Amino acid sequence: MLSVRGLSVRFLMPGGRRVAAVTGARFDVAAGECLALIGESGCGKSVLASALLGLLPGNAQTAGSALLGDLDLLAADERTLARTVRGRLIGLVPQSPAAHLTPVRTVRSQLEETVAALTATRGRAALRAAAEAAAERAAFPASHLDRHPHELSGGLAQRAATALALVGGAPLLLADEPTTGLDRDLVDRTVDELRRHVDEPGPGNGTGRALLMITHDLAAAERIADRVAVMYAGRIVELADAAAFFGEPGPRHPYSRGLLQALPDRAFTPVPGMPPELGDLPDGCAFAARCDRATDTCAAPPPAGTVACHHPHVPEDARA
Amino acid sequence: MLELRSITAGYTRNAPVVRDVSLTVAPGESVGLLGPSGCGKSTLARVAALLHRPDSGTLLLDGEPVRHWRHRAPRDRRTAFGVVFQQARLSADPRLPLTDLIAEPLRATGRGREVPDRIAQLAPVVGLTPDLLTRRPHEVSDGQLQRACLARALVLRPRLLVCDEMTAMLDASTAAALVAAVEDYRAATGAALLAVGHDRTLLERWCDRTVHWESLS
Ligand code: SF4
Repeated sequence: MLSVRGLSVRFLMPGGRRVAAVTGARFDVAAGECLALIGESGCGKSVLASALLGLLPGNAQTAGSALLGDLDLLAADERTLARTVRGRLIGLVPQSPAAHLTPVRTVRSQLEETVAALTATRGRAALRAAAEAAAERAAFPASHLDRHPHELSGGLAQRAATALALVGGAPLLLADEPTTGLDRDLVDRTVDELRRHVDEPGPGNGTGRALLMITHDLAAAERIADRVAVMYAGRIVELADAAAFFGEPGPRHPYSRGLLQALPDRAFTPVPGMPPELGDLPDGCAFAARCDRATDTCAAPPPAGTVACHHPHVPEDARA
Repeated sequence: MLELRSITAGYTRNAPVVRDVSLTVAPGESVGLLGPSGCGKSTLARVAALLHRPDSGTLLLDGEPVRHWRHRAPRDRRTAFGVVFQQARLSADPRLPLTDLIAEPLRATGRGREVPDRIAQLAPVVGLTPDLLTRRPHEVSDGQLQRACLARALVLRPRLLVCDEMTAMLDASTAAALVAAVEDYRAATGAALLAVGHDRTLLERWCDRTVHWESLS
């Protein structure tokens, strides 16, 4: 479905400084699969999402490719992105639904407008029915369709935004921090609903949607992801099967392990120090300053592959 | 010692979001207040930090009833509290470099001379480097900005910290780091804590005791 190779994003800053927001990202997301891209804020995961949607600011330069079917999202022009990609090929479930929804219009009118823009449905009654069906698919209650975004709870606003994302029948859903600020119960419900949209036979081909979920919420990722990509300082440092990552034998990259150990139901100890500046990355491993396994070897760039580390944990010592 | 007795509070007269709620935080104690979002627990946190006047009920600080809220509260009362909110970006003045953001409560209370010392002490506590201190909010990540907001809350050495969903927007490692910074401060000063949130696992791990919103009224 989506195949990303060597994706890099550089921001050119005033004074000629270059910020390496994303470097050499490589991953695939298949139909019927959820890939969770996890990492701390500022690690580059939201920039990566913006790159896929063609929403980077003017001072960004991209390299590499991101193939969605036959279309390279990085090479597509704005017209193609606006007309065929956003909404139709990629449904965006946004980070702050309240900001994504138009404040002065009801959920119903926004849904109807999106249905009219993205589908062949025409006529008042048909639009109304399609909007109600879209709301129902996202478990948004029909009784709240005539409300404005500010009259909705965080959970309902999230569902309204999800309903909008689903309208165009996009084969790829991109959820950018879909659970930020939600209660645990609502997080569970929100991601379960996203998972349901992955598992449902998709429009047309019947193989289900692909979901790329960008999140800092490890519990949300554990709940629905098939695979996990961990991002650190602009690079994907580990790609793993979700069950092995969250369960046994656990992550292999030292940063991934540290991130899991920071959870309150695990050791609740932070990874020491802070991530490096993306404008000033070392030549070698960007995690070296914080890593308890670092050696002189780590001054050289870590190997490319599923674990970008010179001394990854191997299943034997992972138990220690 | 902070006592909230039968507090009713809200934003419109006839629709209080907090109804007849009572809660006590003993000196040095850490209390987790657990509840779903939108239940009114943030409003209660604002009442407890003297930022919002309740419609009825009594708030006692060390046994003395509080009569004035917000800027009308006496200085020694206001400065007894440090508050950290969920949305650092909404509570931080976007024009101020992080140093000034942290120092502002000192300047506002006429203690500008203490700024350099206090910043030097606090920056390592919350994990901010000198380089980050010179930046404005839009030049740092959410986690870095929240570190600055915590430093600001600690700058007057409060006896009671109120953390309202302090870590809800943060990754696991930054969340654990900020909680550790709060606990280091409390261990050093004996300050009490009211941590408001929706994450049971977090609050139970963090606090001496956790009370559920529904059990309070
Ligand atoms: S390459 Fe070296 S410094 Fe980097 S994570 Fe692996 S062991 Fe640690």
